[in-house]
Amino acid sequence: MKTIGILGIQGAIEEHEASIRRLGLNTLWVKGAEDLKKIDGIILPGGESTSMGKQLEWFGLMAPLRKAIAGGMPAFGTCAGMILLAKDIEGSTQTRIGLMDILVRRNAYGSQLDSFVTDLKVKGLKAPLPAVFIRAPRIESYGPEVEVLASYKSHPVLVREKNLLAASFHPELTESTALHRYFTEMI
Amino acid sequence: MKKNEKTNDWKVKLGLAEMLKNGVIMDVTNVEQAKIAEDAGAIAVMALERVPSDIRAQGGVARMSDPKMIMEIKKAVSIPVMAKCRIGHIAEARILEALDIDFIDESEVLTPADDEFHINKHEFRIPFVCGCRNLGEALRRIGEGAALIRTKGEAGTGNIVEAVRHMRCLMGGIHRLQACSKEELMTEAKNLGAPYDLVCYVAEHGKLPVPNFSAGGVATPADAALMRQLGAESVFVGSGIFKSKNPKKVAKAIVEATTHYNDAAKLAKLSENLGEPMHGIDVRQLDEKQLFATRGW
Repeated sequence: MKTIGILGIQGAIEEHEASIRRLGLNTLWVKGAEDLKKIDGIILPGGESTSMGKQLEWFGLMAPLRKAIAGGMPAFGTCAGMILLAKDIEGSTQTRIGLMDILVRRNAYGSQLDSFVTDLKVKGLKAPLPAVFIRAPRIESYGPEVEVLASYKSHPVLVREKNLLAASFHPELTESTALHRYFTEMI
Repeated sequence: MKKNEKTNDWKVKLGLAEMLKNGVIMDVTNVEQAKIAEDAGAIAVMALERVPSDIRAQGGVARMSDPKMIMEIKKAVSIPVMAKCRIGHIAEARILEALDIDFIDESEVLTPADDEFHINKHEFRIPFVCGCRNLGEALRRIGEGAALIRTKGEAGTGNIVEAVRHMRCLMGGIHRLQACSKEELMTEAKNLGAPYDLVCYVAEHGKLPVPNFSAGGVATPADAALMRQLGAESVFVGSGIFKSKNPKKVAKAIVEATTHYNDAAKLAKLSENLGEPMHGIDVRQLDEKQLFATRGW
């Protein structure tokens, strides 16, 4: 059976764990390089990207994680996780994995009072996908290899580039497991 | 439509609380401290004029901080910013909401404005965190609309004993409800002074319906790890960082300890050479009137 790792440093780890378990797959909190050998794909959860990025470096996990994902391990970043995957972050040099050809702007939708919930039309999914945006990052531009799977108000909010999937929003905060299923089928 | 909007408001309030899990929220009193906190891996900062140990030492009425100071901190960092209002002080809460910060702490560390009622937090679009000493208090605050609960501990003492007492009491209350039959739950709700539907939720799920953090007395990485082991999903650190001799180092070590709370070898390593921690107070030496934790109804 497939095991989906969830970066276990900070953020809403438990919610992704619950979504994956509802699909009947194993989960593992990834806290060290040795954990990478035990997983078939990794979710980078929502939380604070600056804190996660720093701790990845402090504990020597950044380089092996980047190597594994660059080597083809499927990775799914949500919100802060998407920021970690992005090659470019507007106005920031914060530590990141930096493998996905997107430019993101942190907190571009505003502060907490601007957080919102909406339904998205997603390429390849029949039903509308409920999406929770919390202090969300926005994708400002993307490279030629990046496929846009969903947009909100003319900005992409769900994108895929080969083994990388990234969302501005939080599918794990809803009842729907459709996007988690999509990710597990990338493995 | 109206009902749907309410549901969505609650989803994003709770959502931010969920994002703050597995991390450290630090009290800061100026821009310089806020930057140190962010560099040390804090997931949010609590902007306030005086840390609890200074409020305790200086006495007098402790109120909401100067909005200018809060806004300077908001500008200086990219992580969420929280600020405190007095218990029951609806106007202070509205002012903080107007500042467009991310979370309000209706806090017993400030001098209560209302000694009978808390704020009806459902009326606000901004999420609230509230303190508790036990399950009944936690569920009353959630009933009023708090999206996040923290056990109170005894702020500004650098002494973990009250934080442990409150977390043990809260978790014990949860375990007790899990063992109850359905027939017992209404009487449990009556005895706890808590809403029945929330009592039923806890009995079924074995957890609060919102995240459960710890506060009040964390001064070392080991303290943070202890609270995580006892069930805290994140840790608030107040005076413990900027009243220590080496705030940068202590802040970073507490963040790392919160992540690796179950790895004793790592905890040993990161507890090394931190210098003198905050001095601290034996809570038994405090008069009943000097306790913050007894504020809250």
